[in-house]
Amino acid sequence: MSAPPSTTDGPVDWETVIGLEVHCELQTETKLFCGCKNAFGDEPNTNICPVCLGLPGSLPVLNERAVELAMRIGTALHCDVVPSSFARKNYFYPDMPKDYQISQYDEPINIGGWLELPDGTRVGVTRAHLEEDTGKTTHLGEGGRMHSAEHSLVDYNRSGVPLVETVSEPDMRSAPEARAYAAELRGILVATGASDGRMEEGSMRVDANVSVRPREAAEFGTRCEIKNLNSLRSLSRAIEYEASRQIALIEAGEQVLQETRHWDEGAGRTRTMRSKEEAYDYRYFPEPDLVPVVPGEGLRARVAAAIGPLPAERRAALVGLLGPNPTEAQIDQVHAVVDQALDPLVLAATGRGVSAPLALARGANEVAAHVEAGRALEPGAFADLLAMEEAGQLSATQSKAVLAELLAEGGGDPAAIAAARGFEALDAGSLAAVVGEVVAANPAEWARYVGGDDEDRKKLGGFFTGQVMKATRGKADGKAVAAELARLRR
Amino acid sequence: MTGGPGGTGPALAVAHAVRTGERSARQVVEEALTAIVDGDGSIGAFVTVTGEEALAAADAVDASVVSGADPGVLAGVPVALKDNLCTHGIRTTCSSRILEHWRPPYDATVVGRLRAAGAVVVGKTNMDEFAMGSSTENSAFGPTRNPRDPGRVPGGSSGGSAAAVAAGFVPLALGSDTGGSIRQPAALCGVVGMKPTYGGISRYGLVAFASSLDQIGPLATTVADAALLYEAIGGHDPCDSTSLAEPPRPVTRALAEHGVEGLRVAVVRELVDGVDADVVRRVDEAAGALEAAGAKMLDEISIPELRYGLSAYYLLAPAEASSNLARYDGVGYGLRVEGPDVTAMNTATRTAGFGDEVKRRIMLGTYALSAGYYDAFYGKAQRVRTLVIEAFSRAYAQVDVLLGATSPTTAFALGAKVDDPLAMYLSDVCTVPSNLAGHPAISVPFGVGDDGLPVGVQVLANARGEAEMFRVAAAIEAAAPAAGS
Repeated sequence: MSAPPSTTDGPVDWETVIGLEVHCELQTETKLFCGCKNAFGDEPNTNICPVCLGLPGSLPVLNERAVELAMRIGTALHCDVVPSSFARKNYFYPDMPKDYQISQYDEPINIGGWLELPDGTRVGVTRAHLEEDTGKTTHLGEGGRMHSAEHSLVDYNRSGVPLVETVSEPDMRSAPEARAYAAELRGILVATGASDGRMEEGSMRVDANVSVRPREAAEFGTRCEIKNLNSLRSLSRAIEYEASRQIALIEAGEQVLQETRHWDEGAGRTRTMRSKEEAYDYRYFPEPDLVPVVPGEGLRARVAAAIGPLPAERRAALVGLLGPNPTEAQIDQVHAVVDQALDPLVLAATGRGVSAPLALARGANEVAAHVEAGRALEPGAFADLLAMEEAGQLSATQSKAVLAELLAEGGGDPAAIAAARGFEALDAGSLAAVVGEVVAANPAEWARYVGGDDEDRKKLGGFFTGQVMKATRGKADGKAVAAELARLRR
Repeated sequence: MTGGPGGTGPALAVAHAVRTGERSARQVVEEALTAIVDGDGSIGAFVTVTGEEALAAADAVDASVVSGADPGVLAGVPVALKDNLCTHGIRTTCSSRILEHWRPPYDATVVGRLRAAGAVVVGKTNMDEFAMGSSTENSAFGPTRNPRDPGRVPGGSSGGSAAAVAAGFVPLALGSDTGGSIRQPAALCGVVGMKPTYGGISRYGLVAFASSLDQIGPLATTVADAALLYEAIGGHDPCDSTSLAEPPRPVTRALAEHGVEGLRVAVVRELVDGVDADVVRRVDEAAGALEAAGAKMLDEISIPELRYGLSAYYLLAPAEASSNLARYDGVGYGLRVEGPDVTAMNTATRTAGFGDEVKRRIMLGTYALSAGYYDAFYGKAQRVRTLVIEAFSRAYAQVDVLLGATSPTTAFALGAKVDDPLAMYLSDVCTVPSNLAGHPAISVPFGVGDDGLPVGVQVLANARGEAEMFRVAAAIEAAAPAAGS
């Protein structure tokens, strides 16, 4: 319990304490306990069978691939991967066909690991366990919530989809830190091939346990669990909101009640879902229809072999290409590229001799805007394109246009696309001629460019480049124009 | 009565006649259906009779005989299924209002294996609702009567299957045994009833009561017929994770090749203590007969841990049942009673759909698993279960097969125990230990009690000890006094 703060010492320095529970759907071909297809977005109730409908008499059979992916997650999070078992979590809910969820309880498959944030902070991982997903309910009628709905429709395609729930220690102390953890975890889930990590499709879902306490306090405050966090942005906003709500309560002499709260994205606030008194008694007991999971050496070896380099290592590799003093913007680009698993493209380009800043910039901007197409893009095509650009055969504008076509078409030969579009860089002589014409046509601007300060030169450099681009209809290379302007000025 | 090595029985005889073309499956099945139509009105063994489907299946068997294909070891044999075994397109009610009109979209594994063996399903039999009971009086569709005395119960919960066999409607039936639900009605109806080692027969498609205890098993008029049916439906099933991977030992061959010479057998004191004297007398006579047949009868042994079996069972089984039966919520299938919201609909559906005994056990089990009570009830019961298993394994270090009564009494009168659940629960005292341990056990008819009603002697064996168990059962059967003596 957080006692009301003493008022004699001035304002209390509050600390927020955050632990996250992250559910991710595993990328298996089939569901956790039956042979139905595990797919998002199919026609409702098409991937169903007696098992995932929980029909009387049906029995679950564990999908070994799901065990393997769960082990990859645990291994990547430095957990001990141990013999485990399943339990039943009993509660009534219309989208849960058996009215219990098969989940790992007192014997989870992964225990006691940690995750390192980009700034080097380590967040403890309590456990990462396997469980089945529920169906999905759509409430028709007013409000879109169960109790105001006229009727509800349930889609059982998601019922029985394998999940891994990763539970952190309450080690985070701010919304940005929690966000960084969720982002890093997502990167690891994607990197291990365990999940696609898409929050917008619900394949990664985050619940936050939030409490506050005076910074020097030894005990944790009373926590609230916040649900319905559908993006990293929601996660940050909800934590900020919830921490200030709790601080305001305590400062007003009231108490924080332990409860489950729902994040209302539109209103930007959390609301009570269930109080502690209304909390379910899940009556866990060992699932008698399944046998314990004891991963053999073969499976362990397969898991170890399947885990590629993790995000931290991959970021380090990219930063290493940038030389001793990368800019903050470049570091952000490194994060963006690795978060979206686009680093194979960047590495292919730098391997071809393309400069790291160019490859990173294209990866983090143009490609990241079309992540799916980017991941599907042949790295060699990306590398060829940037090599052409850097060799001056294409202007930056032309290169971006070719890249856009590669992404839209799902690949192609950059040289052929450039030729088909009639792209060819101006040779040095033609470019010099055009620059000369533009300078002659704008004597006042040229005078200010030559005589002005750095600010003027930057501004007018942009002006002249724009004029040259206009005259050449984008064929000129921006860098070459800048070089020619600099030569003329001297 | 057995005849020659391996024994015989009406199912074996029918299969032989059909396989050799001596009789047609259609003729056999028509006779069975006629017997049911004529006789079941006063017994109430069946909830559903599947006449059309059965005749079509019989014709298919006959066609395969004519074509020269192997029609299977159960060719043309009519079989009744307890109504908690899922049958594709045929209603599977568990004798409950909540599933009264439910038609499964799939067959239980055992049903598929029966069909593959050429057996013909003629109907679904009455039972205590969701297999909870020992008299078949807890059925939403009314009680089944004991064919030996219509004023008596057939036992339960597989009372419909036991009665169907005892009445001669079918030579074979399947039941399920969670705490004695095959063996006790077999004893009360004077037929053979067997439960295999846990995992010996697939549970896929058996509507669950208590998953860690439930097993499907055969009811038959002879030990040899029961062995035939057990063998036809047993063995690994990838759809049941608790199904044993190693193939079972062939029991029909064991029956044909071996008697009981040299087998070490002992009566268990805890399986005859508190049992009616006339029943105990029959157990002792059976032991004497085994000795005469060459078995090595050891002194009576005591396994004191078995005394706690019933209490442990009546916590564990309801606990699992409270979870297994949660799914009958009115959402996806089965009965739905509308309400103003989902919770009210759930409550109204379950209130209307379940009978009193089912509600009692759901409440018991929910309580046993509740926060703060789990260790004292469910946890302690699990520890007792472990003690029972360990105690059995000490006993089996010295003996091959154990003997006891199946039921403490012969068949009791209809209505005698319906208002006294505890008295009813005591009917299971001799049978629950095998379920707790996951061991095989069989009840063999052995004469009658003072009231002239059948007595069953129970033969218990270690896990996967079916071969020894069947050999001893066959010897007891061979020595059994003629009915009525």
